[in-house]
Amino acid sequence: MIGGLFIYNHKGEVLISRVYRDDIGRNAVDAFRVNVIHARQQVRSPVTNIARTSFFHVKRSNIWLAAVTKQNVNATMVFEFLYKMCDVMSAYFGKISEENVKNNFVLIYELLDEILDFGYPQNSETGALKTFITQQGIKSQHHTKEEQSQITSQVTGQIGWRREGIKYRRNELFLDVLESVNLLMSPQGQVLSAHVSGRVVMKSYLSGMPECKFGMNDKIVIDKQGKAGSSEDGGKSGKQSIAIDDCTFHQCVRLSKFDSERSISFIPPDGDYELMRYRTTKDIILPFRVIPLVREVGRTKLEVKVVIKSNFKSSLLAQKIEVRIPTPLNTSGVQLICMKGKAKYKASENAIVWKIKRMAGMKESQISAEIELLPTNDKKKWARPPISMNFEVPFAPSGLKVRYLKVFEPKLNYSDHDVIKWVRYIGRSGIYETRC
Amino acid sequence: MQEWANQLCENRQFGSKMTDSKYFTTTKKGEIFELKAELNSDKKEKKKEAVKKVIASMTVGKDVSALFPDVVNCMQTDNLELKKLVYLYLMNYAKSQPDMAIMAVNTFVKDCEDPNPLIRALAVRTMGCIRVDKITEYLCEPLRKCLKDEDPYVRKTAAVCVAKLHDINAQLVEDQGFLDTLKDLISDSNPMVVANAVAALSEIAESHPNSNLLDLNPQTINKLLTALNECTEWGQIFILDCLANYTPRDDRESQSICERVTPRLSHANSAVVLSAVKVLMKFMEMLPKDLDYYGTLLKKLAPPLVTLLSAEPELQYVALRNINLIVQRRPEILKHEMKVFFVKYNDPIYVKLEKLDIMIRLASQANIAQVLAELKEYATEVDVDFVRKAVRAIGRCAIKVEQSAERCVSTLLDLIQTKVNYVVQEAIVVIKDIFRKYPNKYESVIATLCENLDSLDEPEARAAMIWIVGEYAERIDNADELLESFLEGFHDESTQVQLQLLTAIVKLFLKKPTETQELVQQVLSLATQDSDNPDLRDRGYIYWRLLSTDPVAAKEVVLAEKPLISEETDLIEPTLLEELICHIGTLASVYHKPPSAFVEGSRGVQHKRLPGSAGSGESVESPDTSSAAGLSEAPPAVIPSQGDLLGDLLNLDLTPPATTGPTPPPSSGMQLGAMDLLGGGLDSLPPIPLRTDTPQSPQLPHQSPSPPDYSPTELGGDLGGSPAMGAAFGAPPAVMPASFNAPVSGGLDDLFDLGGGVGMTMGAYSPPKTIWLPAMKAKGLEISGTFARRAGVIQMEMTLSNKAMSVMTDFAIQFNRNSFGLAPAGPLQVLTPLNPNQSIEVALPLSTVGPVMKMEPLSNLQSGRVHWEATLPACCLPAPVLVLIVDSVS
Repeated sequence: MIGGLFIYNHKGEVLISRVYRDDIGRNAVDAFRVNVIHARQQVRSPVTNIARTSFFHVKRSNIWLAAVTKQNVNATMVFEFLYKMCDVMSAYFGKISEENVKNNFVLIYELLDEILDFGYPQNSETGALKTFITQQGIKSQHHTKEEQSQITSQVTGQIGWRREGIKYRRNELFLDVLESVNLLMSPQGQVLSAHVSGRVVMKSYLSGMPECKFGMNDKIVIDKQGKAGSSEDGGKSGKQSIAIDDCTFHQCVRLSKFDSERSISFIPPDGDYELMRYRTTKDIILPFRVIPLVREVGRTKLEVKVVIKSNFKSSLLAQKIEVRIPTPLNTSGVQLICMKGKAKYKASENAIVWKIKRMAGMKESQISAEIELLPTNDKKKWARPPISMNFEVPFAPSGLKVRYLKVFEPKLNYSDHDVIKWVRYIGRSGIYETRC
Repeated sequence: MQEWANQLCENRQFGSKMTDSKYFTTTKKGEIFELKAELNSDKKEKKKEAVKKVIASMTVGKDVSALFPDVVNCMQTDNLELKKLVYLYLMNYAKSQPDMAIMAVNTFVKDCEDPNPLIRALAVRTMGCIRVDKITEYLCEPLRKCLKDEDPYVRKTAAVCVAKLHDINAQLVEDQGFLDTLKDLISDSNPMVVANAVAALSEIAESHPNSNLLDLNPQTINKLLTALNECTEWGQIFILDCLANYTPRDDRESQSICERVTPRLSHANSAVVLSAVKVLMKFMEMLPKDLDYYGTLLKKLAPPLVTLLSAEPELQYVALRNINLIVQRRPEILKHEMKVFFVKYNDPIYVKLEKLDIMIRLASQANIAQVLAELKEYATEVDVDFVRKAVRAIGRCAIKVEQSAERCVSTLLDLIQTKVNYVVQEAIVVIKDIFRKYPNKYESVIATLCENLDSLDEPEARAAMIWIVGEYAERIDNADELLESFLEGFHDESTQVQLQLLTAIVKLFLKKPTETQELVQQVLSLATQDSDNPDLRDRGYIYWRLLSTDPVAAKEVVLAEKPLISEETDLIEPTLLEELICHIGTLASVYHKPPSAFVEGSRGVQHKRLPGSAGSGESVESPDTSSAAGLSEAPPAVIPSQGDLLGDLLNLDLTPPATTGPTPPPSSGMQLGAMDLLGGGLDSLPPIPLRTDTPQSPQLPHQSPSPPDYSPTELGGDLGGSPAMGAAFGAPPAVMPASFNAPVSGGLDDLFDLGGGVGMTMGAYSPPKTIWLPAMKAKGLEISGTFARRAGVIQMEMTLSNKAMSVMTDFAIQFNRNSFGLAPAGPLQVLTPLNPNQSIEVALPLSTVGPVMKMEPLSNLQSGRVHWEATLPACCLPAPVLVLIVDSVS
């Protein structure tokens, strides 16, 4: 299991050092600094073995988190734990920065004591942790006996993510379908790979211990219902359903129920959480098409023309559109003409950045650039990195639709109809690249 | 979204206090003294501030152990935050101040009785972390109470504490009966208590390999599966990892466990997913292939594995290393998922390299066009390692998918035209392999290759190019000039290039004897007279002698038809792969090494294996046959079948070693080395454990113990002069100057003889056979054996079992010098080839007239060397010589 956990700043100074196992000594702290943080070359692996000691690390802005062990630990678990640790810290004090870590070091030690025991991760749900790790030490003495046992039963209980007795005057629910659409396209416009990775993020402000059921236009469910119901309906609804390649759920979802009935039922955590993640690869709506044209005119000039076409309903508006056209390292000057938006050559980033605030569906826009190059004797050809794109659209490129989200709380006197529900769809670009 | 986030912010009760960072900045002189005063202050607030400063100093590595008594004095407080800080300090320094640490015991014992369960748990948790013997004595009673505490939070903490205590004092834990209490907790009503008890028991069981501590039976398994649905994500991981150690009784039980584990594949936590995959991959072995459920399971495994690739890069890396194993074991799972392994421009380099590996493994006729287009794209990227690997991958595709070979070769030629130095060199290395796979097909490209001769500066590329020139000397008009140009700086070249140059020129000579006589003499004299490298000298002498005795034979030997190279050259050896599959998700699966290679001590030394396949109840009892049955479906041959030894010898540095050895040097997790082994030659053979000064190629007997006065000219004369020398090839090389061993071994011989005279009784004791050489370490050859005295003759009785995929032939054995002068009295009699899964019994009569060398310990018969085809790592045979001697005396 995890033998120790260290947090460093960008210079390699230790901010937090917590050792759980006897086989990890203080020298491990230095070994990681010398061999990884101060190493000249780029990180070649997130797992490093130095003198029979294994170091796992992740980086958040310029803070390094490193877990150390001498055993054959579950590596996946260690990384998952490090991410979780980051989440917990952000939930307590916001951004993970050197200043914040130093300001909260007592809290961090307290958290590390609680969520990692002898290197074994324990309950790390912030909802539960915040009930008893408060940095207001004296207060915890004043918990009544019932409060104390309530805390411990929640931390260890089946529903470790929610405490009992939550009350809201207004029961409200926000549901966001956030998708990022990824594309790799050949210069000829052939889709090399495309997939959507989506998340259903919820904010629930519900009283009591509500039982929720979530439904979407999952092909398997719709087909099943189609068979059960009228057979005519089947073909019609089949079009509107989507094939989900795979999905994963927050630990509140009853997985065995999903496995057997494909229904998503759960008692939600209070506040913010990610209900599910999913991935689709079939029938993806690609919101934009990028058509590049690169021509090398002699050794010192490059002509680039890029056309973007929006491919969705003309009534919808895409926002925050940004096209990034890489330029060679020996670029000396760039002339730009674009029909819409603003374009700039950013020498420090070796790219032309073309920004458009809004663009409706079924439209087309174009940029042309003349790139002057310095003559070099570098034999190596320019690698021509792909043209990448960023955007945001108000629909789900996978075609996912939320069909229902039902809430039942039998013990309290509110029904599904009393809950105010908000649903929103946002499609963003993930890695959206066209090779040129 | 932003507005909603703000709503939440208001609910946050913790405004950050912007003051604590100041504790990190105090670096005044006399600081310790000041802190001491503050710690003893009457004001609570000041005390707390001081303890914070102490902890901050401790964090940055300053020694604040001098403050021990003052800090411990602060322990008696009702302020929980302060208490936790003091505990943190105690955990760090108690070991250095054991006597003072006793002062804290009372508080701990008192806290373990506190009405607040959080405090009880805190006390027992901290106490377990204080590794001072005297304190652990006091820990037992509170721990016993806490294990039966009414509050689950205390019980789950106490469960882990048993593991802590066991780490400090294992005997104490057993004596106090904590293990039984811990076992009882597996039936606890609270799932988190169950999970922690499982984690603790698994850890304790690891250091007691043979104890039946975890006692997994269908009832406990059922309890665990129930808890699985209810506990935290981490608890699920502990339970799944524990389940993976269970061997179901039959295929029905196996299936029912699989059915209850599959829902975990949809968990958001990747570790839960991978641990579930591990359980499924393992239990799947037991399911009959024709079962419907087997197919369903295979289909269910692909999507979650693909989903892991959309996780954070570090997790992607771990997932990819595991997928690499899974694809080797069950290629069918991901065969349609090639596209997800395409490299993205922004992937970190470690993800890119791993994806590339898997792309090659999944390459097939169906997807080769896409793969090649991608690889060509990658070959123009920036990172040198990645580009090199991409170029090699193109070569591997050519070798793997015959239909694509032509396209691959033309792609490689395009890349050579880019003139990027390392791309050209890499391309030439792989083209050499393509030539070996498809002889007489693509030689038209040789001219292009020759144009780039001057730009090659890496030994591997130079060696490859020289091999090509030598191999195709008859088609290259100026082959002699090309090779001669290399000869000028002969002594500056690396061994690899020197060896290759020697072979190439000999080949050239045999093909064009008239023009190249001078050249060959030049290289032979360079190799034999001016070189200090024994390998080079030996090879030079062999050629010299071959050429001078019988040029026709030389031609037959040197220009013999070479065996084709196999498709897959970097597969993990099956026994190791099986073990790694049992370790999916763990560090072992990231390093692709068994845990014993990087874990110290007793932990993780047990080798795990997959259960037997296809529902036969008996398969569990006979692991040998069952694992073989499991293996039989693993597709390609791992060990390239090189026909004759001489062919092997002559092309030694061109034959890709079949696998990376089971114990490559522990370095970083990246296995860049795996590719480098290809064609790496002698230098890059995996390190051989127990390596002595014996030769790597035992066909060269005179190479073994190089005497200090070894002079090239003398031996050269010898070689030329004695035509019988050739006969020594392959004979057991136990011949030593008689003067050396006569007196000593004579005496020992007497000793043994004495036994021979007296102990003629038939039922002489011989110990049962033990495994001397596990299959893992010897490319699939397992040797178990014992020593016995049969009719007065000492015999080494061995069972050789072939656990690899291909037929083994040409067995020979060699003994190194040992304390008793034991040496084979005759050659090893294995006449028939050994087929896969076959075992053979061999008895080797031994004599005691071999060379004697005192070994430590005396009874060790070190480096008995059994040889088939390739040289095996030497093994250490613990000879029960004492038994033999006792036997003789009686």
